[in-house]
Amino acid sequence: MTLFAEAAFSQEEFSVFRGDRINALIAVVAFSAAVLIFTNWAKRGKPLYLRKIAGLDAVEEAVGRATEMGRPVLFIPGIDDLDQIETIAGISILGRVAQITAQYETPLMVPVRYPLVLAAGQEVVQQAYIHAGKGDAYEKDMVRYVAGEQFAFAATVNGYMMREHPATNIYMGAFFAESLLLAETGNAAGSIQIAGTGRPEQLPFFVAACDYTLMGEELFAASAYLSHEPVMMGGLKGQDLMKVLIVILILAGVILVTFTTKLGPIFKSWFQAV
Amino acid sequence: MRTTAPVIIAFLTGATLVVTFFLNEKTPFVGQLSNQLLDWLIIIGGFTLLLGVVSILRVSWQTVQRRKEGWFYKIATIVSVLIMAIPSLLPVSWSPLFGRFEGSIYDWLFMNLQAPMMATMFATLAFYIASAAYRAFRARTPEATLLLLTATLVMFWRVPIGEAILNLIPGDVPFFINKFVMNGANLAVQRGIIIGAALGAAAMSLRIILGIERTYMGRG
Repeated sequence: MTLFAEAAFSQEEFSVFRGDRINALIAVVAFSAAVLIFTNWAKRGKPLYLRKIAGLDAVEEAVGRATEMGRPVLFIPGIDDLDQIETIAGISILGRVAQITAQYETPLMVPVRYPLVLAAGQEVVQQAYIHAGKGDAYEKDMVRYVAGEQFAFAATVNGYMMREHPATNIYMGAFFAESLLLAETGNAAGSIQIAGTGRPEQLPFFVAACDYTLMGEELFAASAYLSHEPVMMGGLKGQDLMKVLIVILILAGVILVTFTTKLGPIFKSWFQAV
Repeated sequence: MRTTAPVIIAFLTGATLVVTFFLNEKTPFVGQLSNQLLDWLIIIGGFTLLLGVVSILRVSWQTVQRRKEGWFYKIATIVSVLIMAIPSLLPVSWSPLFGRFEGSIYDWLFMNLQAPMMATMFATLAFYIASAAYRAFRARTPEATLLLLTATLVMFWRVPIGEAILNLIPGDVPFFINKFVMNGANLAVQRGIIIGAALGAAAMSLRIILGIERTYMGRG
């Protein structure tokens, strides 16, 4: 790819296409092809195996527990804005959780930190209640904006946990330093807790304080997993194929860099990000 | 139409951002398209801020009206929102106390109330870490024992006195911890999670762009 880059810029002429990013283009095309092929397979009815994700299987059970106890379910779709894919993943899972709370008529509380997430969250929860045939039970303030500042948000939610003692706390999305403040308070309040984030630095905190934790890719797989729709699950298989390819490339890279002097650096240069 | 229009908008926006990533920024019209779309996001986000203010005031006011548990805290919330917002929105030409500059009411409240309160919340994290660590590091299984030993070693190394003591032991223990624990096992696992998360995020983005995933609109 470096060779492409040099070719692109050595001419010192204007080029519409960025030759130095051709490696990323190849990766995008390969990945998209893998996802689309498996989605088509799923459409045709080919059986696809998906491993069990304990944290997602526990969602319905946890909402059921809240119903039995007569206490609310607290759902936090992360503390980042809607331009982050983790927040969108959190909002997608919120839709599924809201359908279950609607069926069981369990109170739902969704505090958010950004107004755009508020609008999206309200729409998703309302649709979920309508879909479950409980449109009348929907209240706009189930999803509410509590604070724009990170620690003000954490303080508000912690106060809610200690006052209302929600039976179930679900954290799905992007979390930062407040992750442990929230999860530990939830633990102290005696709630069953399910967390999911793509941020490796916050995972140890959730693992320590929550009953179930979705790690990285499991968060993004959650909406497809909970939907049980073959078309959406096809995308997960495509993702798995790419992971196998990446593992093979990593092993090839390790061997080439360790045992060769010329091929190793060339191989490495193919993966340089620009 | 309620579903079709958002799917079309998501496809066009997503596809534009992907395509412009591979184009030269100096390309007429399309080169700056992704930046312009991101500017639009900021503009729309600014307008929706009002939604947030209305939501917080409505919820707090309802709690006060119905005298629900903790209603007096909601009065503090309403007063805080108004006291921070109103002086900062008034023109500085009326008084140097208005606006958001140094010496304004907003600045004083931020520096003397909001910032210390946020720092206090952040500082409490230390106690939460201690209680979480106590639960996580109990040596109940061989794996938990290994975690306990590794964590103790890393924490000991991270404080100056610990590092000084470890340096007294022959064999360069700090180097061993840094190379094999932090930059070895720890980094490898973190990278594994990051690769998985990045692929997951890319797959989800693709499902959204192609309209396969519509759950973010509340439609399955």
